[in-house]
Amino acid sequence: MDIREKILKLIEHDSRLTHKEIATLLGLEEALISQTIKELEEEKIICGYHTLVNWDKTDDNMVSAIIELRVNPQRGQGFDRIAEKIYHFPEVKSMYLTSGGFDFLIELHKAPIREIADFVSSRLSIIEEVQSTTTHVILKKYKEYDTLFIKKENNRRMVVTP
Amino acid sequence: MRNFLNKKVQAIEPSGIRRFFSMASEMKDVISLGVGEPDFDTPWHVRDEAIYTIQKGRTFYTANAGLLELRQAIAENIMRLQGVAYDPAKEVLVTIGGSEAIDLVFRAVIEPEDEVIYTQPSYVSYLPCVQLAGGVPVAIDLKEENNFRLTREELEAAITDKTKVLVLSFPNNPTGAVMTKADLEAIVDLIIEKDLLVVSDEIYDRLTYNDDEEHVSIISFPGMRERTIYINGFSKAYAMTGWRLGYCAGPAQIIEQMTKIHQFTIMAAPTMSQYAGLEALKSGEQDVEEMRESYNQRRRFLLSELERLGIPCFEPLGAFYIFPNISQFGMTSEEFATRLIMEKRVAVVPGTAFGKSGEGFVRISYAYSINELKAAIERIEQFIEELKQEK
Ligand SMILES: Cc1ncc(COP(=O)(O)O)c(C=O)c1O
Repeated sequence: MDIREKILKLIEHDSRLTHKEIATLLGLEEALISQTIKELEEEKIICGYHTLVNWDKTDDNMVSAIIELRVNPQRGQGFDRIAEKIYHFPEVKSMYLTSGGFDFLIELHKAPIREIADFVSSRLSIIEEVQSTTTHVILKKYKEYDTLFIKKENNRRMVVTP
Repeated sequence: MRNFLNKKVQAIEPSGIRRFFSMASEMKDVISLGVGEPDFDTPWHVRDEAIYTIQKGRTFYTANAGLLELRQAIAENIMRLQGVAYDPAKEVLVTIGGSEAIDLVFRAVIEPEDEVIYTQPSYVSYLPCVQLAGGVPVAIDLKEENNFRLTREELEAAITDKTKVLVLSFPNNPTGAVMTKADLEAIVDLIIEKDLLVVSDEIYDRLTYNDDEEHVSIISFPGMRERTIYINGFSKAYAMTGWRLGYCAGPAQIIEQMTKIHQFTIMAAPTMSQYAGLEALKSGEQDVEEMRESYNQRRRFLLSELERLGIPCFEPLGAFYIFPNISQFGMTSEEFATRLIMEKRVAVVPGTAFGKSGEGFVRISYAYSINELKAAIERIEQFIEELKQEK
């Protein structure tokens, strides 16, 4: 693994590590870490630093949804052009072009179910190229970004062993 | 009533770790740096294979020596890592952890009065297993200034007419020391000249952090395969301690006798664990590499923190232990570890639990997440500050 990859793997899971800490963990110079991270940011390989929130623990009656979209690409208009019409909506949290039985998979931000219904019917479905939508309401999130959202059994290792 | 107990058994000292364990396990809020097992879960594909094995109803005994497929995979693995060939049918034995193999080999080779040389500080099993087998354990006290490696001079001084076996245990628990190719080279001809059998416990072989050299086994030297019982297992490399699965490889005549004892005492290692072990060998390379990288990061973190705190420590290049020198605090290891747990609720193991030459050291395990290590270091730092003020 090269240095870039090593740094990325570390901060992908803990973006709060300081450059000094990363340097210690990897056995490298701090200056090299700072320089490399700067480059990675400039090249947009590092795209942001966010916090993983388990919203299910915070709120009331908001839901999140995943939507499968089938589209009809028009002449001279590839998938990217259609995608653009969709991903600019602030409701869309993530969006992928996929292989298989449908074309796009999008995940919406949490919202009241009413708003989600409105978004699908009055924003997505009316887009000319959109053939069909299948909306899945997320009932429970088990794992996101390598992190379990359900309580893990306590570590049962003994305190002292040979 | 008569005293029913066997004197040899009665005379054996209980593990020094046990007393510490009782103390630590009764306390609340303890941050433990005291364990000798990985913190990672066994990789899911391995666990899944065991579940599948049970679902398929593969719940019968296997051959005494273990599933042939597993022995084949073990032989291939040794070939891949060390370039040494073993016949899976006659020269490989699957055991209940490396632990059983340690017991078996001494029982199979020791005659009364035979001397067995081992190095201290040492993993806790060799001494009692040699005693139970009726042999005479002879410890070589390894030195910090040699980075806890065995030197030719030390070995030469310990060999007598009665010496039959040399136990090598590198990468080492508790020191984290490794023996490089050059270190082994220095003792190989002496071993052959004195006609010794080597028991090489290489259970930490996959966990080494030397950029210049991967782990080299003594079996890879000419003339050594014939006189070595190579012991390894799944516990450390694949985070499979609770599965109780290990193995050994060696010349057929010795493995045959060990298999005989194993056959009458154990029958065979657990079938589900054996299938899981096979899966680990077949598809676990990535897991090993990821865990190793993670241990290495923790190792670097602890070394740099100990340096910051002014606690001297030689650089361990294997296993997941660090063995700092705490003699500057003017206490025994036992006192240091006891006060640390009583006053700051951090559990480390006194070096003396691994033999008297562990005096002046404590074993810190880094089979813990960085965050746990950080929290522990904070407490150790406070402890040391307070010790300094006492002076
Ligand atoms: C050096 C050494 N050998 C052997 C063992 C035994 O391991 P297992 O019986 O789990 O394979 C251990 C466990 O701590 C060890 O540290």
